[in-house]
Amino acid sequence: MRKIALLVCVVLLLPSFLFAAGEPEEVEPEFPLEIEMWIGLGGALGEEIERMAADFNAMQDEYLVNVVEQGDYAEAMTSAIAAYRAGNPPHILQVYDVGTGTMHGNPEVVYPVYQLMEDYDRPFDTDDVLDQVTAYYSDLDGNMLSFPFNSSTPIFYYNVDAFREAGLDPNDPPETWHDIEEYAEALVGTGNYTAGFTFQWPSWTNMENFSAWHDIPMGTLANGLDGWGTEFVYNIPEHVHHMEALADFADRGLFQYGGRGGDAGPLFTAGDVPMYIASSAAYAGIAESADFEFNASFLPYWPEIIDSPQNSIIGGGSLWVMEGHSDIEYEGVAEFFEYLSSTEVQASWHQFSGYLPITDSAWELTREQGFYDEIPIHNTAIEQITLSEPTDNSRGIRFGNYVQGRSVILDAMEAIFAGDAGAQEALDEAVQRGNALLREFEETVAR
Amino acid sequence: MVTGKSVVFKNKGLPYVLLAPEVALTAVFFIVPAVQALLMAFYREDAFGLSRVFIGLGNFERVLSDVRYVQSIWTTLGFSVAVAVLTMVLALFFASLANNVGKKAIYYQTIIISPYAVAPLVAGVMWFFLMSPAVGVVAYFLRTLGITWNHSIIPWQAFTLVVVASSWQRIAYNFLFYLAGMQMIPDSLLESAAIDGSGPVSRFWRITFPLLSPTTFFLAIVNTIYVFFYTFPVIHTLTEGGPNNSTATMVYRIYRDGFRSLDYGGSSAQSVILMAFVMVFVLIQFRYVERRVYY
Repeated sequence: MRKIALLVCVVLLLPSFLFAAGEPEEVEPEFPLEIEMWIGLGGALGEEIERMAADFNAMQDEYLVNVVEQGDYAEAMTSAIAAYRAGNPPHILQVYDVGTGTMHGNPEVVYPVYQLMEDYDRPFDTDDVLDQVTAYYSDLDGNMLSFPFNSSTPIFYYNVDAFREAGLDPNDPPETWHDIEEYAEALVGTGNYTAGFTFQWPSWTNMENFSAWHDIPMGTLANGLDGWGTEFVYNIPEHVHHMEALADFADRGLFQYGGRGGDAGPLFTAGDVPMYIASSAAYAGIAESADFEFNASFLPYWPEIIDSPQNSIIGGGSLWVMEGHSDIEYEGVAEFFEYLSSTEVQASWHQFSGYLPITDSAWELTREQGFYDEIPIHNTAIEQITLSEPTDNSRGIRFGNYVQGRSVILDAMEAIFAGDAGAQEALDEAVQRGNALLREFEETVAR
Repeated sequence: MVTGKSVVFKNKGLPYVLLAPEVALTAVFFIVPAVQALLMAFYREDAFGLSRVFIGLGNFERVLSDVRYVQSIWTTLGFSVAVAVLTMVLALFFASLANNVGKKAIYYQTIIISPYAVAPLVAGVMWFFLMSPAVGVVAYFLRTLGITWNHSIIPWQAFTLVVVASSWQRIAYNFLFYLAGMQMIPDSLLESAAIDGSGPVSRFWRITFPLLSPTTFFLAIVNTIYVFFYTFPVIHTLTEGGPNNSTATMVYRIYRDGFRSLDYGGSSAQSVILMAFVMVFVLIQFRYVERRVYY
């Protein structure tokens, strides 16, 4: 019996010996120093980021930025958290919009970007950055904690061929939700389409951006930007009205729900549904797979809620620098960020991907290069996000536990669109569940 | 099994050495994580593990008072009954057919077993392409018949889809066991029953089926465990637990809350609940169902 106990002890301790043996010894830094960058984008966008890193690596020989695709955004974040817990985080981590709250809530793990650039004397002109972007990633004192990288905003895409066929003027796209209803009726009336419109990222397009666009709150304290004490209020009449209308459109076959995330995409690109609210960064994908002419315009609005729309907000990701590395490596990160924020790199990334130009100068440069004459859609997105001076309702959002918080909203939307629950009832329940998540997060970060 | 001689192994240390790798693997991949999960279930922790507060049964309270979680327990139960019944009935049916076709049986067997060789994730993707409301072939066909197929919004369709997709692969496994079970039944039994004037249907219900009861019992348990733990890839590729939580089984929620939402405490509490749940479930099966089994 004693032997068994001894054996169990040995077995349990074995891993710690193994890991102890595997620890690297302190050595003189060897150039080039490797800088790990974990991203949550794949495909063409992931490759483009790798190409940018390769350009940087070729420019100098002290640092080697190693881009690692970690699956999707959620997986990249989970892996980085696991790596942090194991004491070996990446230097740079791309975090998606809904994960932003989690990063802000754990300042111990983050090396704030403004601080990094200051410490290593690298220029970082936040005045040049779009206001909506600065607001999204800054702390209460207005300091930028992460490096804005891929920000997009939803816009309204439409199938030009389908419009022509249904006798609608493609140069006069719908502006209000009433127009959408009318256009959808005409399009569905041709019998060639399964529905009039659909949208991707349902909560982002029809809750978060819907709120900003109509200058109504989703939560208190400027949608959480002013503090963790925020509470959801998206069961107010304006939201209820919108959800009821969407449920009615779904019931009449004018709207087809396409699922969470980007799942609705093929409905539009296959030509089944001719109107589509989607990210500006969806442009490249649509252009590649759609065999019809398409265009894009501003998001629709309800004239009974607002006379003219406010501005839309961003989504996408930003780059966070994680604690736990040496000064000499951080110096490389700062240098890499300086390269990434240069106007030329920003402009080229914007033109390649459809993500917004983060800085005014990148926007300016792209305009000068005549890019928007070629693809005016990219200008639509940036004009829409800068349409008016942002208010507390349209600067951005910051909610703790928002991965779950967004899922709560999606649950409600799905129940409403399927006709399983009334809009008021479902939103009331969602607000209650969402607030419980916010309070829990508030308790976790209060330390 | 009493024999006169018993072999005594002289070397007392060797068995432990030989067992060590297995014990090490179990310890590293099961016991240590299980103990960690058990401990974590009593703490509230931020994602990065910077703060850890003991909250007793707080996580359990939170999880069990969540109507969505209670809903997912029912979903899991319904799902497991549906998959078990569907796969076992169909597998038994196919096996009895295959058992009667004589020499060509091998072809039928191969065809029916082949889905088992497909990785669950690949099977999920395959069903996705068949049924997707946007690009699915079957969904398109249904639409031409005037049936709206959109499992991203209609809960019963989503549930049906994951049941069918999970069962499809599982039929092969059940089929194998039933076929083997049938081949074990002595022909003389069936022949003498036939001579006594018993028809094929009555022979099946009075002889074959009762003699297959150990197989049925075994499969019922294994299928339950399959549904509880191994249907994850199908749900993940097809519905991600939606719409409105309607296909979120207990194990899917553990993944989603823990690895997507970074709620480690809640997720650990759920895995403890799941573990207890499965134990009770299997216990009930052994206690009450096994009594009706003839060995």
